[in-house]
Amino acid sequence: MTVERIIFIAAGVLILGSALMVVTTRKLIQAALWLVSALFGVTILYAMLQANFLAVVQVVVYIGAIAVLFIFAVMLTRKEMRDNSTQTRSNWWFSALLGGLILSGLVFMILGEPQFSRLAESIPPGLDTLRNLGTALVSPGAYVLPFEVSSILLLGALIGAVYIASRKEEDK
Amino acid sequence: MNIPLSWYLILAASLFCVGLFGVLSRKNAIAILLGIELMLNAVNINLVAFWRYLDPIQMAGQVFAVIVFAVAAAEVAVGLALIISVYRRRNTVVADDIDLMKW
Repeated sequence: MTVERIIFIAAGVLILGSALMVVTTRKLIQAALWLVSALFGVTILYAMLQANFLAVVQVVVYIGAIAVLFIFAVMLTRKEMRDNSTQTRSNWWFSALLGGLILSGLVFMILGEPQFSRLAESIPPGLDTLRNLGTALVSPGAYVLPFEVSSILLLGALIGAVYIASRKEEDK
Repeated sequence: MNIPLSWYLILAASLFCVGLFGVLSRKNAIAILLGIELMLNAVNINLVAFWRYLDPIQMAGQVFAVIVFAVAAAEVAVGLALIISVYRRRNTVVADDIDLMKW
């Protein structure tokens, strides 16, 4: 049992415990705060996988923007925040059964594949993964097209969100 | 790095299934979006783990993790705008009550 495995297990317990609280807690604002905790656990995993840039982006974009957006939305739909009644559908056991079935199938497949028990080789010295990522995102031979498409998607989402959420005259 | 790749994959699969349970069992539309966020994070863990264990020279895994970030941000912005708009018109965020398009 090495230090890395202990950190991994701690992060896994943090992620799964927080995720279970997100899907089961009755108060929606607490669910949004548990989501922050789960996202932080995923940040630990990125740092362990030596994806430093993604760890920073996870904190800035997910925790800094998306989780805060959720908390704002919960507060804007204020009536639901005081609602303390049950938040799950009556046939929740069917969802639990489906999730358990899919999980057991996935775990069975993952454990049956011998290639997945491999350990990571250390990153060769002198390999600057952050520089490689930046180059890959803008070089025409690599991923410039998905990069531009995602920027157009963000622009469309920005305009669409403003248009949908803005109060129109006829609603007043 | 002496953690087997399968540990990451099993953790991501568990997170995905917890998110799936949340999406299917919650009444509140905002809580359904919270479940979708958990599922997107599970996908990202898989992408980054495969990048690190199989091919750290090529950046495909990290690039697509970045694109998943952008898609998640767009999805949350539009989704929450829709929910707030529906809440304003119909005064509810319960997914079962939003049945305007049901025939």
